[in-house]
Amino acid sequence: MAKDASTSAQGDLVLSNLTKSFGDFVAVDDLNLTIPQGKFFALLGPSGCGKTTTLRMIAGLEEPTNGKISIGNTDITYAKPYNRPVNTVFQNYALFPHLTIFENIAFGLRRRGIKDVDAQVKKVLELVELPHLADRKPNQLSGGQQQRIAVARAIVNRPALLLLDEPLGALDLKLRRQMQIELKWIQTEIGITFVHVTHDQEEAMTMADTIAVMNKGKIEQMGTPEELYDSPKSAYVANFLGQSNLIAGEVEGNDGENSIVNIKGNKVSVPKNRINSANKSVLVGVRPEKFRIVASGKNTSGNILNGGKVSDVSYTGVSTQYQVEMPWGQELMVFEQNDDNEPMLRKGELVTLSWEPVFTFALDGSENVRAGA
Amino acid sequence: MSRWFSRNLIRIYMVLGFTYLFIPVAYTFAFSFNDAGRSNLVWKGFTLKNWQNPCGAPDICTALGNSLKIGIISTAIATILGTLIAFAIGRYNFKGRSSTNLLIFLPMATPEIVLGASLLTMFLNLGINPGLTTIIIAHVMFCISFVVVTVKARIASLDPRLEQAAMDLYANEFETFRRVTLPLVAPGIAGAALLAFSLSFDDFIITNFNSGTVATFPKFVYTAATRGIPAQANVIGSAMFFIALFVVIAGQLFNRKRRVKI
Repeated sequence: MAKDASTSAQGDLVLSNLTKSFGDFVAVDDLNLTIPQGKFFALLGPSGCGKTTTLRMIAGLEEPTNGKISIGNTDITYAKPYNRPVNTVFQNYALFPHLTIFENIAFGLRRRGIKDVDAQVKKVLELVELPHLADRKPNQLSGGQQQRIAVARAIVNRPALLLLDEPLGALDLKLRRQMQIELKWIQTEIGITFVHVTHDQEEAMTMADTIAVMNKGKIEQMGTPEELYDSPKSAYVANFLGQSNLIAGEVEGNDGENSIVNIKGNKVSVPKNRINSANKSVLVGVRPEKFRIVASGKNTSGNILNGGKVSDVSYTGVSTQYQVEMPWGQELMVFEQNDDNEPMLRKGELVTLSWEPVFTFALDGSENVRAGA
Repeated sequence: MSRWFSRNLIRIYMVLGFTYLFIPVAYTFAFSFNDAGRSNLVWKGFTLKNWQNPCGAPDICTALGNSLKIGIISTAIATILGTLIAFAIGRYNFKGRSSTNLLIFLPMATPEIVLGASLLTMFLNLGINPGLTTIIIAHVMFCISFVVVTVKARIASLDPRLEQAAMDLYANEFETFRRVTLPLVAPGIAGAALLAFSLSFDDFIITNFNSGTVATFPKFVYTAATRGIPAQANVIGSAMFFIALFVVIAGQLFNRKRRVKI
């Protein structure tokens, strides 16, 4: 129906100085972000971090307090939701209960007065592998089927941008895994920019090309899943994406590519490009699965921390999780793959922890070790 | 024996319950076939002539016609106004919303006899002669509250994301209302209209104060009671009951068919 120059806009999505306040509460705080066309982008953060508000502003369901949203060269900041080339997959799908699946999917096409509705709806139903459900009503479908129809209803319009608001939150774990793979496949297939909002770090890492970690209305860090995981720039990101052991230390010197950090008398190497601190005092970060754990006195190599004592053991099948108490009182988390014949270490045993220097990162020593955990 | 009893207790209870509810209706229906003569209080023999000539009693069909006319007009007005109010209260935050919510309940809580008397006083003070118009004004007034309450409940159960989804899918405000909001609220509006009609058709107290010389069906029955209610009143009463029953069953079947349809 309502045709507008903005419904045909193409290009990168650019958010500039985007701000949204509700009374005194600033939900989104001066956000600057460019999402390249055709990418799978994830906005990741805990509830209340402003990610859904950001999404709703891009969809046009919320008006920004300040700032600008544009797609390519078209400013859509204040365009009505029906006047922008953006479609949304809602959290609970929001399928129209009084319309058949066919009519649900045809809704957007019909409103835009498009001719071959039949063919397009059938094509997209085949893409999501549910062509036999066209005449059903939404409440006759399972959660996973409704989810796919919600995606179909959005992508049939070929928007410049598809927004996904926690689309897998209502599904059980197994179905969620399957849908993650499927969504990623659909995105690659049709090449539309996907902006995916989620609080589930695993989901974001599985699907997204680029992840922006949000905290209190701001972006903490943005990058590929590997970058965020291997070289987080803040304790918040280090703890929110997976688990991290953050150990206080002092930078003491140089050794070629590496800096030497003193952790309570143990000298360890940290790659210089992984040190996100201007201070001498740092937090050395090691992921639990990067540690090797051996009984005290046995040989090991790389960075070494002596004098640990196993304080808890739990066997999870794939791995064994150890909690190790260090001489300075800190508990460290260690995940050991169950891929050898080494006997499981017992509670109370003295151990040595070691790891390869390349798996180390360092943060500013003034960071809160518990942030984002 | 006792096992049979405990297993069928719920059924026995159900039969007793329904018997209690439907005895008056059955009575009305049976006596519509009474060859009554002047007063329809004692069984005098079976006849079909009351059903063949339901307008046989003097003035009964004029009264019925008035009641239907009043019912239809007040239902239409009350449903439209009430639905608009329900949307305002259900969807928008405005100053005085909660007090409006409360005030809407007042006409339902006020005793009818008080409403009826006050309305008459008001009409007389304003110099309006009681008649069809005053009845309709009075009926619209007390029906609106019921419409608002019924429709509001339906609106409250409507997920606002459905409307957002429609807007997201290129429907402007008007199209969103027409294609999504209205169809989803429609069952509530239909229910409200049925309720309003039955309230209006049935009303005696308020009508009696504000009707002047206009006779409605309840008023006719009341007046006739002093001389003996004609059997035709039972015919019309039974007919109304069966029409209501038919509407409800048809509605249920329609809904089920819509749900089952693959």
